[in-house]
Amino acid sequence: MGRYALRRLLQAIPVFIGTTFLIWFLVWGLPGDPFAGRCGERQCPESYVKFMTDKFGLDDPLPVQYFNYLTNLLQGEFGQTFNGTEIGDLLAQAFPVSIKLALVAVAAEALIGITAGVLTGLRRGSFIDNLVLVSTLVLIAMPIFVIGLVARYSLGLASVSPEAPWVELIIPGLILGSGSLAYITRLTRVNLVENRRADYVRTAVAKGLAPSRVTGVHLLRNSMIPVVTWLGLDLGSLMGGAIVTEGIFNIRGIGGLLFDSINRRQSGVVVSIVAILVLVYLIVNLLVDLLYGVLDPRIRYE
Amino acid sequence: MRGITPWKVAVGLTAVALAAAGCTSTPEPEAPKTDGSFIISWGEPQNPLVPAGTSETQGGVVIDALFTGLTNYAAADAKTEMANAESITSADSGATWTVKLKSGWKWHDGTPVTAKNYVDAWNYAAYSPNGLVNGTFFADIKGYDKVATADPDDDGPKEAPKPAADKLEGLAVVDDTTFTVTLGAPSNLWPIKVGYSAFMPLPEAFFKDPAAFGQKPIGNGPFKLESWTKNVELKVTRFDDYQGAEKPKVKDVIFRVYTDDAAAYEDVKNGTIDFQQQVPQAKLVGDLYKTDFGAASSNKPVSSSAFLAMPTWLPGYNDPKVRQAISMAIDRKLIVEKIFNNTRIPMNGWVNPNMAGFKDGVCGEFCTFDAAKAKALFDSAATKPAEISLAYNGDGPHKAWVDAVCNSIQTSLGVPCVGKPFPTFGEFRTLVQTQKMTGMSRAGWQADYPHIENWLNPLVKTGASSNDGKFSDAALDAKLKEADGTSDLAAAEKLYQEAEAMLPALMPTIPMWHSSQQSVWSAKLGTVTINTFGELDLATVTVK
Repeated sequence: MGRYALRRLLQAIPVFIGTTFLIWFLVWGLPGDPFAGRCGERQCPESYVKFMTDKFGLDDPLPVQYFNYLTNLLQGEFGQTFNGTEIGDLLAQAFPVSIKLALVAVAAEALIGITAGVLTGLRRGSFIDNLVLVSTLVLIAMPIFVIGLVARYSLGLASVSPEAPWVELIIPGLILGSGSLAYITRLTRVNLVENRRADYVRTAVAKGLAPSRVTGVHLLRNSMIPVVTWLGLDLGSLMGGAIVTEGIFNIRGIGGLLFDSINRRQSGVVVSIVAILVLVYLIVNLLVDLLYGVLDPRIRYE
Repeated sequence: MRGITPWKVAVGLTAVALAAAGCTSTPEPEAPKTDGSFIISWGEPQNPLVPAGTSETQGGVVIDALFTGLTNYAAADAKTEMANAESITSADSGATWTVKLKSGWKWHDGTPVTAKNYVDAWNYAAYSPNGLVNGTFFADIKGYDKVATADPDDDGPKEAPKPAADKLEGLAVVDDTTFTVTLGAPSNLWPIKVGYSAFMPLPEAFFKDPAAFGQKPIGNGPFKLESWTKNVELKVTRFDDYQGAEKPKVKDVIFRVYTDDAAAYEDVKNGTIDFQQQVPQAKLVGDLYKTDFGAASSNKPVSSSAFLAMPTWLPGYNDPKVRQAISMAIDRKLIVEKIFNNTRIPMNGWVNPNMAGFKDGVCGEFCTFDAAKAKALFDSAATKPAEISLAYNGDGPHKAWVDAVCNSIQTSLGVPCVGKPFPTFGEFRTLVQTQKMTGMSRAGWQADYPHIENWLNPLVKTGASSNDGKFSDAALDAKLKEADGTSDLAAAEKLYQEAEAMLPALMPTIPMWHSSQQSVWSAKLGTVTINTFGELDLATVTVK
């Protein structure tokens, strides 16, 4: 298992370099002038444009720019934005907020989703089952910004304050996780229904094990594999992909920062965020894969 | 959770209603707090916080809180007032100026504000390799061409040569509180230009590390920087040693970053924050923001306006009567309401209301819609255009209003009127400047400094840079020249006003409308004054 993990970590290096280069290339190729609209209503004076172009090396060929960025990154230097802010400071502020939000969302998904999935899976065809099926359908069909805007404006909620305390993140987190929550419910239910007919469950029942132990240990553990995969991937995507929710509640996280930086063509910020997100994905993926072995004893890594 | 209940919303609305009622009857009995604070919706500035390096509004509003320059523009009427300067005088009708500073002014780090601080700051800003956005503001000063060089072939391979000097020849320190400024060409209006933030001073600390200073500026203004959490919020606190006339009435002001202006609007509504300078587009429809905020909202002109340029070299258009008739044939009010959702304000003169020297209603009946009078006046003209056209650039959002204006003209005068789009702004401007237009064309003007002169000399004087219609009138030119040569500012302003009063009879251009800004604030704010730059005047705000 150790060797497996090491191999996976080594594989992450080319993936990391490849994705960051791709993103650098894409941001560089964005249409528009990074200095348009930076000087109020007027056009920027050429001395300013030249000063900034030289300072940020925007005239260098693309591979040179990327190489410089990577060298600085390896020394722990993220660089600066056009207004002189250290990108490292921006990331240090935004990531904890986004991680908190994503954790709230994933916790809500896991708690509510799995509970609802187990309830419905065990009582297939009951009233609860049908109710959950219909409500998850509504959640899946409804775009997140609709839920967010309706929740915020009809409940008259205020924005999340700058410190982003946990308690203020509960509702945004629920909204952010609402779509996945519905999927988790359905995944859990389907797997439970399927596995109830499996041989090992029949054996466990035949052995005379308590029903709670059959469901809790034998049935649920095996049914959790797709759910855990989903949750793991969600943690990554919710961190960078919460643009809409962050905007509605003015949460100062990664999603909004990324969106803003793309608009302002701050390639340093965009690539740094994406680089970290790639790392998060790689690590979460590895953890999920290792979890499989814990959940299902039949899975072994060599 | 700081969510608010319907009950709290109801209380909030009542409070607004009471405050509104209070304004009209008795003055507020409750004394405003002096240790209060308020929060403004904000966005990250585009550039480091250095006065001459900031020209957009987000950075600008913080610069204005942190720094005070030689003069201020009064929030109410944009008149120039001495701030850090004791006096700005010229003995030779505007060729050289002597600036005397008030003594006792301090930087936020405790060091005194000296004449050298100004001279150094201006030299740094004007020196083109330093690449500051507002460097060109120093072009009036003698020796500017030696410190600022231009790229000889724009985007080509050649680069701008290194300037011959790194100091402006026209600046000289006399003593700690006095310096002199020699201009390239005499100008009586120079003291009015220095009110802009580009002319603010910089402390010694700046020159030790300009990059670090831009992240943690030390100013001489009413507020000092307390903290700046990037991408979250910036906090300023009252500077107790501030020597200016208008001392802050609150302790702290917080600028909070919002990505989504709809979220900010909602937060002003529920009292989480206190001020939004421009409400979102969606709230303009049907004046929704007025319904939401009532008296706690404003619709104030900003310093840019729209005109129609008239091709005065063409027969028909060269007759003032025709131009007046066209102006009277346009129903500005209806178009502003229907096309612009009241985000423009109909013009009735040639000067923007944010300018010192502005007078309301100068244009009079010629800018007031009256189809019958317009038709009669048009028919009485000896020669008139057989068809009226209005040219515009198709890459901007102009089609809707151009069509509406043409429709209004056509209905009133009974002459066909068509809108003529040109693909790009560049192409459109080239045709206008080379006198290729065969009809009217749209024109816009934004103030360089808030003074009536800036709306007359560049626009209607013979041969002026932005006189698109090539309008020329000897009497008007003489009046403007007289005003330019008057060193007493008040007297000069009067002469400029007299010049503007000549315009209705001449109708050099057709005034259309001013752009405007819709701001809203919470019930917590007492005195709300919006200055000539459209910003909230922070020093006069009181909180309840």
